[in-house]
Amino acid sequence: MPVVNWLKRHLVVIAGVLTLAYLLLPNVIVTVFSFNKPKGRFNYQWQQFSLDAWKQPCGVADMCNSLSISLQIAVWATLGATVLGTMISFALVRYRFRARGAINSLIFLPMAMPEVVMAASLLTLFLNMGAQLGFWTILIAHVMFCLSFVVTAVKARVMSMDPRLEEAARDLYAGPVQTFLRVTLPIAAPGIAAGALLSFALSFDDFIITNFNAGSTVTFPMFVWGSAQRGTPVQINVIGTAMFLLAVVLVLVSMLINNRRNSQKA
Amino acid sequence: MTTDNSGDVRLSGIGKTYGAFTAVHPLDLTVPQGSFFALLGASGCGKTTTLRMIAGLEEPTCGTVHLGDQNVTHLPPYKRPVNTVFQSYALFPHLDIFENVAFGLRRRGIKSVKKQVEEMLDLVQLGEQARKKPHQLSGGQQQRVAVARALINHPKVLLLDEPLGALDLKLRRQMQLELKRIQTEVGITFIHVTHDQEEAMTMADTVAVMNGGRVEQLGSPTDLYENPGTTFVANFLGTSNLIEAEIDARSGDDIVLKAGGDKLVLPAARCSAPTPAGGRVLVGIRPEKISLAHADDAGAVPEGRNRLTGRIVDASFIGVSTQYVVESRACAELSVYVQNVERDARLVPGADVVLHWSPAHTFGLDAAQDIDAGTEEEVAA
Repeated sequence: MPVVNWLKRHLVVIAGVLTLAYLLLPNVIVTVFSFNKPKGRFNYQWQQFSLDAWKQPCGVADMCNSLSISLQIAVWATLGATVLGTMISFALVRYRFRARGAINSLIFLPMAMPEVVMAASLLTLFLNMGAQLGFWTILIAHVMFCLSFVVTAVKARVMSMDPRLEEAARDLYAGPVQTFLRVTLPIAAPGIAAGALLSFALSFDDFIITNFNAGSTVTFPMFVWGSAQRGTPVQINVIGTAMFLLAVVLVLVSMLINNRRNSQKA
Repeated sequence: MTTDNSGDVRLSGIGKTYGAFTAVHPLDLTVPQGSFFALLGASGCGKTTTLRMIAGLEEPTCGTVHLGDQNVTHLPPYKRPVNTVFQSYALFPHLDIFENVAFGLRRRGIKSVKKQVEEMLDLVQLGEQARKKPHQLSGGQQQRVAVARALINHPKVLLLDEPLGALDLKLRRQMQLELKRIQTEVGITFIHVTHDQEEAMTMADTVAVMNGGRVEQLGSPTDLYENPGTTFVANFLGTSNLIEAEIDARSGDDIVLKAGGDKLVLPAARCSAPTPAGGRVLVGIRPEKISLAHADDAGAVPEGRNRLTGRIVDASFIGVSTQYVVESRACAELSVYVQNVERDARLVPGADVVLHWSPAHTFGLDAAQDIDAGTEEEVAA
């Protein structure tokens, strides 16, 4: 049976292509429809090719404003969660203190708890405190759930770090600050970077918690959700495609840098 | 020899306790400038803790550390003119070999490091590998990087914490010679921690044998081997036959002993235990100092030698020598190593034999000690 034999030989490739297709198909659709010129308000049927939306990405009222709010929140939440999370990770791995075990498990709660439950309880908390819902409440909420991801990523890295490396640095005339900057931080960096990337992605596209605690502020995911009720502007696809391309370019650049570094060393 | 003593290491009453556990009992130790000194002992004997207190990585509970005339007890490690070669090397994984070696120089604010680093890498024959990362090198190469990284700082003292433990046997031999060569070349004080008695004896001028947080004995390798002062040293450095004996009489400089009905002679100067008449001592003799004769040739054994009769229980042919286990009245298991010069075909398990050796090779130990201290079984337990 030549067909069966051919299938057997190429099974891995076929499986790979199918998986990639499964992962990328939504992105392809989003990209294709960013060049659409829909009739009416919904961008669900292909009509004709057009660059209108790409020429005027902010042509829809309030969309770019919401995008800017989302980006700001994502940047600050990433910064806050990464700094706090890194410090927490070091504390949890390096020091023995009271309630260390409790903190260790509590820090994972935001990851394990259903988002809607957390969103509702946060809202209750904010209301009881009399906090003004908006940018700051969103930011506080985002830092909180991003923290657990940063701690998970950084802790794994710090735990696998040989404590003798820092001793070696101290032995080689590096004071505490130098040891941290020259040895500890660079070795923990991949974990910290992974935590930061996760935080950015999670904060940028969070909907449930944001929606509960936003007050009158509208973030980009909230804008997309809201417009989906009334009609979807093509610009949403433009932003989606741009974000996707940006991510792809970033990954490619980091791969290139890594490759060049390795080939230099070899 | 110079009169410079800035590389002397003087430990006075230095000790370390962790809660209720005493890792190092207060001890005094002086390592003279330029010597190759080994701290030898089984794991958990306090040798690494002692080393770390010299490095400044561990704060002593009591006592002081002096480098030359300077009291460094409370100086942090980065302010001590001492560098360490760590167990498993602790090379910085994110830096290449060049930057690893340059690390100490850069931290001290030295700008032009290129020439020095290249010279140092040439000294350890790694000039070609300067731009590789540590994980791209073999174990032996990593070891040499670790040595280079420490030596480039011209420390007063170089501390080596089991530096060869991760290498295979052949490479270890090679690195032992290499380290010894480097030490002779640079002339600085080396303090070497190891659990390998052969390594300590081949490399060091002076060996301190540690056990249970104390220094059991200190001396040159030959001195320790020929005149062990405790059963631990006798068993941990090589192999010893220890025979329980009763003191019978004293004749001149010798002590006459009774062991299981046989008479043994021990020079009084070679006995580290008190020797009252009727008291007990452990008589020690190294397996390679014993000669073995078949019982039929008993008449040919010269007068004046210590002799025991027994029966061969086991014989293993090693190549350069044959190792016999002999059972006798005085001792259930005596090891005897015989060089394979002329092999006597009658010496097989079951044969009756006479063991004999020169009294001058006999040593005496306090019988109150654990006779098995420092043997492999005891160390493993």
